[in-house]
Amino acid sequence: MARGVRRPGASLVEWLLFEEEYYAAGAPGRVSQNGISLLAPTLFEHGSAEQRARILPPMARGETIWAQAWSEPESGSDLASLRSTARRTDGGWRLSGQKTWSSRAAFADRAFGLFRSDPAADAPHRGLTYLMFALDAPGVTVRPIGRLDGKPAFAELFLDEVFVPDEDLIGEPGQGWRIAMSTAGNERGLTLRSPGRFTAAARRLVALWRERAGEAESDAGIEAASLRDRVADAVIGARAYELFACAGASRLAAGGSLGAESSLNKVFWSELDIALHETALDLLGPHGELSDAADDPDAPGPWSDGYTFALAGPIYAGTNEIQRDIIAERLLGLPKGRR
Amino acid sequence: MRFMLDQAQTDFGRTVDRMLGGTDTPHAVRAWARGEHAPGRAVWGRLADAGVTSLAVPEAYEGVGPLPVELGVAYVAAGRHAVPGPLAETAAAAVLLAGLAEGGTARSGQVAEDWLPRIAGGRALVTLAAADGGPYALDADAADAVFAVEGEELWLAPGHGPVQPSFDPARRLARPLPGGELLARGPAVAAAAARAADWAAFATAALSLGTGLALVERTAAYAGQRTQFGRPIGSFQAVKHRLADALIGLEFARPLLYGAAVALTSGPSGGAPPSGPVGDVRAEVAAAKVAAGEAAYTAARTALQLHGALGYTDEYDLSLWIRKARALRSAWGSPSVCRARVLAP
Repeated sequence: MARGVRRPGASLVEWLLFEEEYYAAGAPGRVSQNGISLLAPTLFEHGSAEQRARILPPMARGETIWAQAWSEPESGSDLASLRSTARRTDGGWRLSGQKTWSSRAAFADRAFGLFRSDPAADAPHRGLTYLMFALDAPGVTVRPIGRLDGKPAFAELFLDEVFVPDEDLIGEPGQGWRIAMSTAGNERGLTLRSPGRFTAAARRLVALWRERAGEAESDAGIEAASLRDRVADAVIGARAYELFACAGASRLAAGGSLGAESSLNKVFWSELDIALHETALDLLGPHGELSDAADDPDAPGPWSDGYTFALAGPIYAGTNEIQRDIIAERLLGLPKGRR
Repeated sequence: MRFMLDQAQTDFGRTVDRMLGGTDTPHAVRAWARGEHAPGRAVWGRLADAGVTSLAVPEAYEGVGPLPVELGVAYVAAGRHAVPGPLAETAAAAVLLAGLAEGGTARSGQVAEDWLPRIAGGRALVTLAAADGGPYALDADAADAVFAVEGEELWLAPGHGPVQPSFDPARRLARPLPGGELLARGPAVAAAAARAADWAAFATAALSLGTGLALVERTAAYAGQRTQFGRPIGSFQAVKHRLADALIGLEFARPLLYGAAVALTSGPSGGAPPSGPVGDVRAEVAAAKVAAGEAAYTAARTALQLHGALGYTDEYDLSLWIRKARALRSAWGSPSVCRARVLAP
């Protein structure tokens, strides 16, 4: 990214290797994720040279933190029904409405999202426009929402005639849905969750299991033995995801595309993530209940935070139910039905 | 780094698949189950023509192998068409005999000379009983040779006991008779047998993946045309999601299968890239076996449920794949045995 204002500075395979090392080192979660994994690919594909030069370097340096503004109170899985509006004005747009579950908005600087610019369009997914805006702009109210364990994670956004200059429009007005889906359908399936997260966690899980199995000989060994198959499944799943992602990267490098296959990805990693962390917490027995804030010597530490984070996986970035619909309809050719 | 099949491998898989699609394998499977082997041997003859039977046999013995990736590709196609016979066992026996011949005695070299060219050409169909695969030799009644590994001894069995009915009638199981001809003895037998068992598990995983793919494809086609409550049942989410989950299992078993093939290519000391969470060749094969076996079994349960009573009948051809998925799941390493191998230090 550092030298990339027209295209990414690293190949997908290099990115996979970087991620693997990042997680293997036990490095912390990144606040820049929304920008790096969603907005940056969108700008590479649909943004202007001016936008890439202006937005990407501070994003890469972590100086500008980005939030996403997609879901609305009445538009979750049925995202195309969204009602927040973008109205033309001199030199730009006026945004009004409400966004919610806006990841990282509680502490981010700017946000990107979809807005209805043409209420008269003949289908819900037409007439949407992709815009970026500042979270400290006049007319924006941010109400943080704590996640399941109370930590700040996302926020509600109330937008009242918020001015957005033309330079923060991505692509053409009315093309927002196509732009959003092109990044979602292609690289997002790969880049949203790198395999390094799971291979590193699986290795830590095996270490935990060996440690607990050793201890269990002196007390309750049955539990550790019954957990062996789940530990193995986590290892197998992490390896499968790693190889699947590498195969996807190879296909993209060879000029292919992923398309609906990224829905296979999404369901797989989100379920793997939960199963892996559940297994770790079960291995910890009575200590598994402690939160990551606990400082007891036997506290689960990152396993607890990882578990809470993993629980959201099947919900965000398109629920797993929506992904299964996509798999059934686009990969297996089943007829569309009522959702 | 390339983590995908190359064009030649993809084309080879398509060729084998198309060739098998042109044979009436369900007819051959049903005949095989009655102990009539001619139609099944005819299918094997066509596999030999396509080069499939030469993939596990080294060039020194008129083969082109060992080529585990190509064998995986071909066996996925064989599973997709439910080809009957000791496919995994013949490949494993070839690896066993070739392994013993390498640096072995004059006798083991002669055994390899006797059998490997015939296996490569599809003229011999052989089976193998070894500790990793349980006491039975698959399709011993159809095989030209029954090899049996007992500890550090390799025997050419003098025959086989009565055929025991299997859950999959097309898999005919029989115990090798004791005695016969002692072909090799010593620690090299155990080492070669372990390697052969890995190949058998790998081949079984490939057959499982193909079996599962056929089940999902057939069930998706059925759900798309079967109408209830005025619309195709495949438009209901309860049906869609079950099929989607079955496909996810299969599509994530596929990279493990080819990862195991690459590990087998690089030999006993090679294997996973150092970054991989799975340790060695044996663990890579075991991971593929668990994933493919479980995914195919899930596909079978899904196929059975979504076809309703029709899927529960013997006469509907879906039964050929449903029964095979269950049998392959425990052949050459049950899920539990393979999970333990994945975690072996």
